[in-house]
This record gives sequence, C-alpha cells and structure tokens, in this order.
Amino acid sequence: MSNSVPFEKVDKVETLKKKRWALPQEFSIFLVLIGIGLVFEALGWIIRSESFLYNPDGLLIMVLQVSEIGLIAVGVTMVIIAGGIDLSSGSIVALAAMVAASLAQVSGYDRAIYPGLTDLPFLIPVLAGVAVGGLAGLVNGSLVVKSKVPPFIVTLGMMVSARGLARYYTEGQPVSMLTDSYTSIGGGANPVIIFIAAVVLFHIVMRYTRFGKCLYAIGGNTQAARVSGINVGRNLIAVYTIAGLLAGLAGVVVSARAQTGQSGMGMSYELDAIAAAVIGGTSVSSGGIGRVTGTLIGALILGVISSGFTFLGIDSYIQEIIKGIIIVAAVVADQIRKKRTR
Amino acid sequence: MRLGLVQGEAPKEFSVFSESSVDQQGVATSGIDYIFSAKEIRKTFPGVVALDKVSINIRPGQVHALMGENGAGKSTMMKIIAGIYIPDKGTLFFKGEPLVLKSPRDALNKGIAMIHQELNLFAHMTVAENIWIGREPRNVLGLVDHGELRDRTAKLFADLAIDIDPEAELGSLSIANRQMVEIAKAVSFNSDLLIMDEPTSAITDKEVEHLFRIIGSLKSQGKAIIYITHKMDEIFQIADEISIFRDGTHIVTKPASKFDHNSLIAAMVGRELNQVFPKEEVPIGGIALQVKDLARESAFSNINFDVRFGEILGVAGLMGSGRTEIMDSLFGVYPADSGEIHFNGKKLNIKSPKDAIKAGMAFLTEDRKQSGLFLSLSVGENMQIASLPLHSSLGFVRQKEVDELCSDMSKKLKVKTPGLYEIIENLSGGNQQKVLLARWLLNTPKLLILDEPTRGVDVGAKAEIHKLITQLAKQGAAIIMISSELPEVLGMSDRVMVVYDGKVGGILSRQEATQEKIMTLASGVEL
Repeated sequence: MSNSVPFEKVDKVETLKKKRWALPQEFSIFLVLIGIGLVFEALGWIIRSESFLYNPDGLLIMVLQVSEIGLIAVGVTMVIIAGGIDLSSGSIVALAAMVAASLAQVSGYDRAIYPGLTDLPFLIPVLAGVAVGGLAGLVNGSLVVKSKVPPFIVTLGMMVSARGLARYYTEGQPVSMLTDSYTSIGGGANPVIIFIAAVVLFHIVMRYTRFGKCLYAIGGNTQAARVSGINVGRNLIAVYTIAGLLAGLAGVVVSARAQTGQSGMGMSYELDAIAAAVIGGTSVSSGGIGRVTGTLIGALILGVISSGFTFLGIDSYIQEIIKGIIIVAAVVADQIRKKRTR
Repeated sequence: MRLGLVQGEAPKEFSVFSESSVDQQGVATSGIDYIFSAKEIRKTFPGVVALDKVSINIRPGQVHALMGENGAGKSTMMKIIAGIYIPDKGTLFFKGEPLVLKSPRDALNKGIAMIHQELNLFAHMTVAENIWIGREPRNVLGLVDHGELRDRTAKLFADLAIDIDPEAELGSLSIANRQMVEIAKAVSFNSDLLIMDEPTSAITDKEVEHLFRIIGSLKSQGKAIIYITHKMDEIFQIADEISIFRDGTHIVTKPASKFDHNSLIAAMVGRELNQVFPKEEVPIGGIALQVKDLARESAFSNINFDVRFGEILGVAGLMGSGRTEIMDSLFGVYPADSGEIHFNGKKLNIKSPKDAIKAGMAFLTEDRKQSGLFLSLSVGENMQIASLPLHSSLGFVRQKEVDELCSDMSKKLKVKTPGLYEIIENLSGGNQQKVLLARWLLNTPKLLILDEPTRGVDVGAKAEIHKLITQLAKQGAAIIMISSELPEVLGMSDRVMVVYDGKVGGILSRQEATQEKIMTLASGVEL
C-alpha cells in the first residue's frame, strides 16, 4: 500500500498565508506598561519635581524586585497554561532560601547550622536550593497526576507545609553570615540576568519544543491531548517540577541578595506571580492560553506600579488597593478585547 | 393574546398584521396567518456577514424546518429568534406585533423557547431543579417548595409520557434522557414558538419517535416549531414547510411535499449531487486488525471481529450499545481488561493512545469538542499535535516543515480557513472535522477508526469526507466507521458490524445488509 494520502493531485502547493504582519499579542499590554510609566513620570514632575523614569538607582531596585517575582512567575505561567495552578511557589522560595543559606555559611561562625559544612563552594548551596524546589514541585506534580486531587488543593497543601518546613528547619531562626561567593549571586544586576535568561529559555521551550506544544494542548483539552498520543501525566509532572525548580532558584537569589535566609521570605509571592501571569494574558479560567513574554511584561507592570507609588510617597495600603484593581481590570480588558475579535 | 388558528377567523388585531405582511412580503397571502415573521434580517460579525436580507414566516400548528450547510446562517437566525443575538437590521414580528428581544430570558417570557444542540443542563442538580431553574415554586417563607417542584415535574412528564424520575440527579441520566429533559423543559415554558436545534443528534430511534409524538401534540395545540436537523429522513417525516439557507441568505421556502431528497440537497449546496455515497469497489487485502475476545468490565465482552486492508467496516448500534467503548479500548483510551488485539500480523499490547498511534492507528473521536479539538489553539496547532514526534529533533519541532505539511493538507481537504494561525473555534463544524481528519492523516495511518465522522457536518463537507474515506480505503488503509446514520453505514461499508448491549450482534456483508436487518440486530433480536 502506498504511504501517501490519497487525493487528486494538487498542482501547486503554496503555503497557507501567514497572518499579514500582525502585532504580537503582548503589544497591547506593553503599551499599558509604557502608559503607566509615563503617568508616574508626569506625576513625579508635578508632585516631586523629579523624574521617575530617569532614575537609575530606583529603576535597578525595581527590576531586582521584579526579577524575584518574575522568576517564579515564569514557572507559574507554564503551569497555568497546562491547565493547572501553583500556590506553593512563595513557600518554596522560603524553604529553598533556608536550605541554601544553611549550606552557604562562613566558617568561624559559632552558630552555623552545619558547623562541619562551612565555606563550601557556592555551587553546592545553589544546587541544594534548586533541588529542594524541584523536589517540592515533583511532589506537587505527582500528587496532581496520581491522586487526581485538584491542583489548587495540592499546591495549597504544599504552600502551608513548605512554609512550616522552612520554619521548622531552624526553629524560625534566620540563617546569616553567608559566604561572599554565595551572596554575589544576588549582587549587582545578577538577579536580573538570571531572570532574563529564564524568560528567554522558557519562551523558547514553550514556543519551539514539543514539550511546550504539549503543555498548550493539555491545558486546552486534556482528553483530546491524551487521544492525540500525548503522555499527559509525564508532561504535567514535568511542568510542576520546573515550576518548583524556578521557585527554588528564586529562593537562592532572594537569600543571596538579602545575605540571609529567613522563613518569612517569599510571602505571598505566589499571588504576585499569578497576578503577573494574568496581567500578561495567561488565562486562569481556561488553560492553553498564555505566553512567557506576556508574564515578563505583567511582572514589570506590577513592579512599576509599586515603585511608582513608593516614589510618590503614597501609602503602601493604598498601593495594595490599587494593585488589586489593576489585576481585575487587566483581565476585564482582555475579555473585552477577545469579544471584539470574535 | 391567543391566535385564531382557523383561516379567516383571525382576531382583529391579527388581521392588521396579515395585511402588513402582504405589503412587506409582496406575496398574496390574504387569509394566511403567521405566528412569527422575520423581515430583511441582517447580522454581521467582525469580517463576516452571517445573514443578509433574510425573511421567513412561520405558521402556527406547523413544523418549519430550516436547512442548509454549516455556516449557511440557520443557527444565527435561530439565535436571533431566541434572543441570543440582536440583529443589525430588520424587524421581527410575533403574534402580529413588532418584537424586540433583549435576551434569551426576554424571548422565553414572550413565548419563544429554544432547545439547544449542546445541552444547557446542570449535572449536579435534580431533573426537577433543572427544569424549573430560575422560576422555582416558593412557599410562604420564600424558600423553594420542593414538593410542588416535584409534583409539577411529575405532571409535566405525565403529559409528555416521559418516564424519568424527577428526583434523579441529572448527571446520572443517559444522554438521550437528558435530551428528553431539555425538551420537557422547553415545553414547560408553554411557549407558542419552539425552536429545536438538532434535537435528535444524541437520541435513539425510540426516543425520536417519542419526540415526534410530542411535536405532534404541540402542533395540535397550535404551537409552531422551528426545526433544524441534518438528517434527511427526519425532515420528510416531520416537516410541514422547509426553508433553505445558503451562505447567509434565504434561498427558498416550500411545503415539504414539494421537495424530494435530491432537490433538497441540490437546493442546499446549490449544485446537483447525483450520487450520495461515492463507494468504490476496492480490492480487499490481507487482515489488518484482528480482535479476539476483547472485554472491559461493564462496557462490553466477547468482542471478535477483523478488518482487512482496503476494507471499510461499518459499525452500527444504538447509542449506549458499547460501540464507542469498544473503539476507546482498541485505541487505548480506556484499555481493555482482557482479550487480544492483533494488528498487521503482530500482537499488540495497547495501554495508551500513544501505543496505538505508534502501531499505525488513528482515532477520530465521536465528540469533537470533548475529545478532539483544542478550541483555544490555532488550526495549525490542532492539526499537527499528533504528528509532532515525526517532525522534531532533540525535542525541538521543525516548525517550517510541519507548517508546510499542514497547509498542504488543508488544501487537499479543502479546509476553509483564512490561514493556519486562525483559532479553530472560529471555524464551522465541517471544517473543524476536516482539521481533525487532517491531524490523523499527517501520520499516514494504516488503520483509521472513525467514530461518527460526519456528525454535525454540513452536506457539502459530508460528501467530501465520504469521498476521502473511500479514497483512503482505495489506497489500502483499513477503516472502521461508526455511524448512527444507517444510510451512511449502508452506503459506505463493505461489511457492517452491529453492536448490541456490549456484544457483537452480528456482522453483515454489503449484499446482506439492509436497514431492517441492522435495526433488528441492533435491538437485540437474532436474525
């Protein structure tokens, strides 16, 4: 039998036209980012007679903060695209920060957690922190796949337990006196470089690899993905594990930058990460929709808002109120846009 | 206000409308009374004119069938009548008065109810709660009166001779019974105009008869019914008048008796279809698939059959007979408990669809939305998802190569889409089905399992899919085709396997197979 599909001969096969020069989906939220920046610039001149944007120190602090949330938001975005949710990333940051910091202490410090394990090369605490995160993610993924408990519940449990474990690890004591080589990870613009590298890497993964396409398919329609020959369970476990690894890495970065490991680190980061993803166009209500680059812009929007308000000297409580409004407004705007294109 | 149903006895306010309708339609219709009219309706969606200058008139006490290919505009028209869409231009008249609908609720209150193709029911609520949702009887305290709720439902069911427990949880009912609940719900609004969108697509012949009896009694009460279906036989059985739509315009309305099968199809597609089924005699090759004693608990048992290369094995059986379940197990969606599957001379151990695909099988599932389409993804992504392993290296997809294959395939299958980037949700049912077929053809399978390949697909696309299936068989592929439409099974198959109650009721050759024999076997009677 022939191996080709039977049809009348098609004389000339031209590739179906690609969309004629369309703006990337992220463009509209990128405009929002620029707009918000300009509003703060204007307000800056009016209220403080200073530039908000031309302020290198202020901007560096902002992108450093964005990098920490952004790192976990990349993983969270992938999980949401695959039709899941991850509430545990903030707690994993704390757990990874504690474990990594405990292996990064200098010698000659009488209250070191592991007095025999001091002055280790920085790679060891880094790998330990990332591995702890990955392990937590693996547990998340395995439970979601094997027990069929909804991911909201599984990761809620992990959120509570990982935070508890982080506290129990040192009975709530902070871990300080870290080696210079370790803290240098959080120095200068390093966190930003790590974040951008993660964005680029996982943007490529989501757009150009089979794994990425499978995640979109699973989030879009799990049953259809299965019938199409995709190993749904394995892919889901992988994506939760990646989210855990990234949260672990964020824990390393956070503790290196703060030069200490504390069990309260990463508090409510998971919500900011979800917010960044959602503002960036990832759909929580139906899987299969979203982009890592959108999340990058979403995280920047959150960062600009919070540093802008701080710059203007506005009460942090009011900041929270407005942040909440912006999250919902972003989704409403997205819905309206989608309705119009239908 | 009630309508006078007898000609010439129309109440005063109604005669005004009759006259005006003469002007508007420019047709000599004195003495003919319409319960509903739409005049010069236009509806556009971004980039598409869905309806243009469409006028129809519906008479009370009659079944008015709307027919046309998918995308012809009949669904849009119905959604306008049911208050779901608001027309850009044109006027609606109901019981002689201009009608403006703001919402489906509004339409219901005014006496227009619709039975949707996709069921709009709540699986975790009881049957009674489903029917009276939003208008539950309440007691003095303002709480729902469950006793009254049950009694009302029981009375409604008694009137319609439906035998379903009002207290049952809806999710526990079969699809066919859910459809009956949906029908009962629509009737319960006591509407004067009922719209039915493919009400029989998920029910067995027995329930179809039941539905037709219900329709008969509604007609005798003077109610009008707008009926949409793709099933030809039904049309001639039930319709009094037929309106044909094509490409967003109204083509013709005539009494059903003025149409026959061929003229109806010709009017719908705008061309003559001489031969409905393009069956060709193809040399039958060796055994492709052999199934021995296949069984899965509480689904089917003792399944034995084979399919040869080049052969089309039709599979018939009522809804719930186990025919889809057998295919699910063949393909590893729900692996079988016991039995053997031999394919291409090798014994297979199929644990998941992945194994089946590797062996060279393809499975077009019955429910497009549930287990076929990725609605949020593009046409291209939908098409290539099953063949990515063939076109990637080190985990990276060779995108250009795949895209070229996909656009090649969409051309061959005549998929109507602006491009591969288009979100598949925006395509019509027939084109979505073609994309799903293309998904499997990209894998060049040796065995295709096609479960209801033409369900909810318009006549034109249907003919194209039939032709494609024939050509695949000609190229030597083995094909299993499940279908609820007996003419399709009879027209396409080399042999017909009938499934009844989780067992093979019988296998008929093309020569022996008749509609009567299949129905006999499908209802559990041996020949």
